[in-house]
Amino acid sequence: MSAIVPGGIDCDIHPAVPNLKALHPYLTDHWRDIIVQRGMHELNSIAYPANSPLTARPDWRVEGIRPGSSLELLQQHALNPFKTSIAIANCLYGVQLLFSEDMGAGFARAVNDWMAKEWLDKEPRLRASIVVPAQNPEMAVDEINRVAPDKRFVQVLLLVMNDMPLGKRHYWPIYAAAQKHGLAIGIHAGSAYRHPVTPIGWPSYYTEDYAAQAAAFQQALSSLICEGVFTKFPDLKVVLLESGFTWLPAHLWRLTKFWRGLRMEVPWLDRAPTEIVKSNVRLTIQPCDGPPSEEMFQILMEHMDSDELLLFSTDYPHWQFDGEDVLPAGFSPSLVRKMMIDNPMATYSRLS
Amino acid sequence: MNVQTTTKPLPQAANQSKLATADCDIHPQRNNDKALHPYLEQRWIEHMQMFGSRPRQAYQAGPAYPKGQPNASRRDAWPAGGRPGSSLPFMREQLLDTNNCVLGILNATGDNGQSYQNREFGAAVCHAMNEWQLHEWLLPEPRLRGSIVVPYEDAEAAVAEIELYASDPHFVQVLMLSRTSEPPGQKRYWKVYEAAAAAGLPVGVHAFGFGGYPVSGAGWPSYYIEDMVGHAQSSQSFLTSMVIEGVFERVPTLKLVLIEAGFAWLPSLAWRLDKIQNRLRAETPHLKRPPSEYIHDHVWLTTQPMEEPANRAHVLDAIDWIGWDRLLFATDYPHWDYDDPAHVLPMPLPEQKKRDFFLNNAVALYGQR
Repeated sequence: MSAIVPGGIDCDIHPAVPNLKALHPYLTDHWRDIIVQRGMHELNSIAYPANSPLTARPDWRVEGIRPGSSLELLQQHALNPFKTSIAIANCLYGVQLLFSEDMGAGFARAVNDWMAKEWLDKEPRLRASIVVPAQNPEMAVDEINRVAPDKRFVQVLLLVMNDMPLGKRHYWPIYAAAQKHGLAIGIHAGSAYRHPVTPIGWPSYYTEDYAAQAAAFQQALSSLICEGVFTKFPDLKVVLLESGFTWLPAHLWRLTKFWRGLRMEVPWLDRAPTEIVKSNVRLTIQPCDGPPSEEMFQILMEHMDSDELLLFSTDYPHWQFDGEDVLPAGFSPSLVRKMMIDNPMATYSRLS
Repeated sequence: MNVQTTTKPLPQAANQSKLATADCDIHPQRNNDKALHPYLEQRWIEHMQMFGSRPRQAYQAGPAYPKGQPNASRRDAWPAGGRPGSSLPFMREQLLDTNNCVLGILNATGDNGQSYQNREFGAAVCHAMNEWQLHEWLLPEPRLRGSIVVPYEDAEAAVAEIELYASDPHFVQVLMLSRTSEPPGQKRYWKVYEAAAAAGLPVGVHAFGFGGYPVSGAGWPSYYIEDMVGHAQSSQSFLTSMVIEGVFERVPTLKLVLIEAGFAWLPSLAWRLDKIQNRLRAETPHLKRPPSEYIHDHVWLTTQPMEEPANRAHVLDAIDWIGWDRLLFATDYPHWDYDDPAHVLPMPLPEQKKRDFFLNNAVALYGQR
């Protein structure tokens, strides 16, 4: 492993809503009544089955407590041992999965207010992402505008798979609002499950579902670039969260080659996709789907062709690594410093 | 990528001094449906004329995304009066002789019956495609070998088609498309793999297809460039399904060739699968080895469209990681994103590596029949 530097910025941790009841104080009377009257279930996505090994590290599981739902445990498991100065909370409660746009907006609002009160008010090292009802970009923009005055929110959170590819003009109001407020766009693994997670249908195994997230990120990146999101919003920073990153070089080689052959289809693209990624896209380091040897890892880092792309993350409480082995072997000390401090500071304008 | 054409192309004779090549992805094309009539029952000729092919997509004719070039083809690949890939004499001169191609693998993709919604009609057209290949291409040209076009969504019909040509040395592969209508590792497809393995034939999986689902898990993208780039992701899911469902455990002699989907993505996928499968192995007790080992032992990839990093030497690292014995040179003739053997490798390579890349790997895989 490579040694961490103290005071690092952890760009992907997952405080969890313990249960729907915890949101009651933050919901309007109408939605509280609906929960009871309709007997609503918890909004936990199939993307993280409760007892799946990936969902929480064994030593981070405590009997009777939903992993990620206790601030005290977060401090004890992640903030303290990794000597974290700032950690960005990405809440994955499945409000973006609801088919009702109104319900999505009502619950997203509650999640954000719960986050501010139950986590940000209690722990000064925490920052958070704004959960938005991506089901309806107008409602999402309303929520961004409502929450943005609270500067502890540094990012807008989207899932990588929604109704439509994320570059589509349909979603541009969200990007305009984020750029206006100096918020990054964080795109996290996960799906609203409007479509099968693979282009060849619903897979049999959870293993395939999680593997497919990397392909979904590749396609989301193609979509954001090809539609011209970064031409229209040149200051926008997009952060890929829990995406894996070792797929990036090969994907950009292919995308850039096809861009050279098919520029007439996307004439607004004034730069090669490789260049756009260097200026506008960042990726978190967990999970690291790295090669088996350190030597190969170093070659791969050369293929990445920039030391500004990667952001430190633990992905707490998901089980991506053991002990304090959060950085794969093969990162140079200067790159570790960039990943843990300089790159996050440059990515999130609200951190400075 | 597309080539510049001159008004007066210079005739090029066969150049025997050039390195001999095998081309593992050549697309023959019929000029019109009448070319299949000799091989179809009257009933299906009438059906074709009345209802058309009806794949799982919106348009009667042409692709869902307009291509980058007419017929997705090189501008100089149109024979007089015909469509690109429709004339054997023209192909001989422009492709086989020019590239000193000694083994050319035909993949008769396009409107070929494989994913018609009417399965019975689709099976009839697949069979007609095979007879057409045999009589119009394989019997007249000894350098060419065919891929058996099978209606893989109907495993029983596909098996029947494989068994029909299993002992015909003109055919060296079973052809599927990558966009299946369900994950291809699932049980409904196993008989296809068992029949191919029993016949000693690799299964070639060519990019494209009409499974009916969007090419991304997030829905339909806007552009042809996304559809094209998306074949890499689609093939990643294809391979993931084959590995995780345990197809290579069940059919240990199966050989899989991924065609026209790129290759540089493979190492990262293998690392990811190893990591995830290890963590989640309680879910897949039928797997006895790490995913990367199944991939290494069972998977080949064609080279076109060759990835092109800014530092072109980087692509050689990717080949090192996959294995130089696993890549099969292909041009994708007559399509617009053709790779030219004279330019495809970024730098001079040792003679042996070059011969493996351009010829020996393909001969070892396909040439034993």
